[in-house]
Amino acid sequence: MIKTDILIIGAGPVGLFTVFEAGLLKLKCHLVDALPMPGGQLSEIYPKKPIYDIPGYPSVLAGELVDNLMKQIEPFNPGFTLGERAEKIEKVGEKMYELTTHRGTKIQAPVIAIAAGLGCFEPRKPPIKGLEQFEDKGVDYMVKDPEKFRDKRLLIAGGGDSALDWTIELSNIAKEITLIHRRTSFRGALDSVDKVMELAKAKKVNLITEAQAIGVNGNGTLKEVLIKSKADGEFTQQVDHFIPLFGLTPKLGPIADWGLNITKNAIEVDTYDYSTNVPGIYAIGDINTYPGKLKLILCGFHEGTLMVQSAFKYIYPDAKLSFKYTTVAGVNGFEETPA
Amino acid sequence: MEDTVNITVIDREGEEHNIEAPTDMNFNLMEICKASELPVEGTCGGMALCASCHVYVLSDHELHEASEDEEDMLDQAFFVEDNSRLGCQIKISPEIDGLRVELAPVGD
Repeated sequence: MIKTDILIIGAGPVGLFTVFEAGLLKLKCHLVDALPMPGGQLSEIYPKKPIYDIPGYPSVLAGELVDNLMKQIEPFNPGFTLGERAEKIEKVGEKMYELTTHRGTKIQAPVIAIAAGLGCFEPRKPPIKGLEQFEDKGVDYMVKDPEKFRDKRLLIAGGGDSALDWTIELSNIAKEITLIHRRTSFRGALDSVDKVMELAKAKKVNLITEAQAIGVNGNGTLKEVLIKSKADGEFTQQVDHFIPLFGLTPKLGPIADWGLNITKNAIEVDTYDYSTNVPGIYAIGDINTYPGKLKLILCGFHEGTLMVQSAFKYIYPDAKLSFKYTTVAGVNGFEETPA
Repeated sequence: MEDTVNITVIDREGEEHNIEAPTDMNFNLMEICKASELPVEGTCGGMALCASCHVYVLSDHELHEASEDEEDMLDQAFFVEDNSRLGCQIKISPEIDGLRVELAPVGD
């Protein structure tokens, strides 16, 4: 059981900076994120893109900003639960919540700050009719355990690194493996592209380009995938598993079920302190909405800063809080590591 | 008005939306769709990094060719056709007056 003062859902830029502002008030934080690394969209979607509207930085790469934020919050020893989706929130006592992730990790805190951006990143599912009925019955959106695919007939779809990497990896395990891609060129790393081409030449991988999967058939379990190819028209391929790898897309997910007031996929907050309709639960950054809302990183920083002031008063209603500038007091980190 | 163009967007239910869009505000088609409350996510904000604004161009307007970045990102879209484009890469300019596009299907 992890215990902390502020449980932050979402380890994007706003969630990360909130650790700093909370730390100045001696509040400890623990972050949960569905992605395996911190940074949220900045790491997942655009790490190499320059951002021009961070005060004091004429230009900073998104990935660099994440690295800098991680460095900035280091003195406050935040805890991280990465690669796990925040699933369920329960009230377990007076001013105490317990969050359970999809893997069953439990974290308790009096305050929850939802800094979940556009939601959690999940595999993008092709809008193929009937596809959902074969989920886990032949259709997989990610490869968790390669052994599952030993001696099976696989069809992987996609043109990026994960499609290429898994094609290479699974070519040693599968009975038969086909990679289908809509173009002849791939956007993945050159090494991986070369390797896949070699495997195709050696007939270890069946490569179908300028083609897309458009349908699925089966009887309880997946039996075949309908393919539309520029050269050969429509045909079916017998498979045991179809693995579409089309990147990740953010989904609001379980947040919608937590009893919060939600408008158009965003959580309504009071701009006094970014509190939601549920006491002790706040929402900051892109996930919240209020009159005049702008989805900017710098606005999220501001929201997190005001939010922790309110969180402090919520946790310690009788304590006095005196505001100190970092220029006066410096940054006094936590010595001990969080439990 | 002089500085506007007319665009027709067909949504995923087949309904047509006629939209008047200004050409002097540096908008792109994804932003115009969002402003018109059409179901276009525009997750990445218009950097050609998410494929959530995938459209089919139905009229025979000569648009600039898709960049390598746009092609790469179309790899993450579904049911990509020869007339597939990312809305965020189509600038609202006088040349596209009368443009007709259809929103491509998205997963759930």
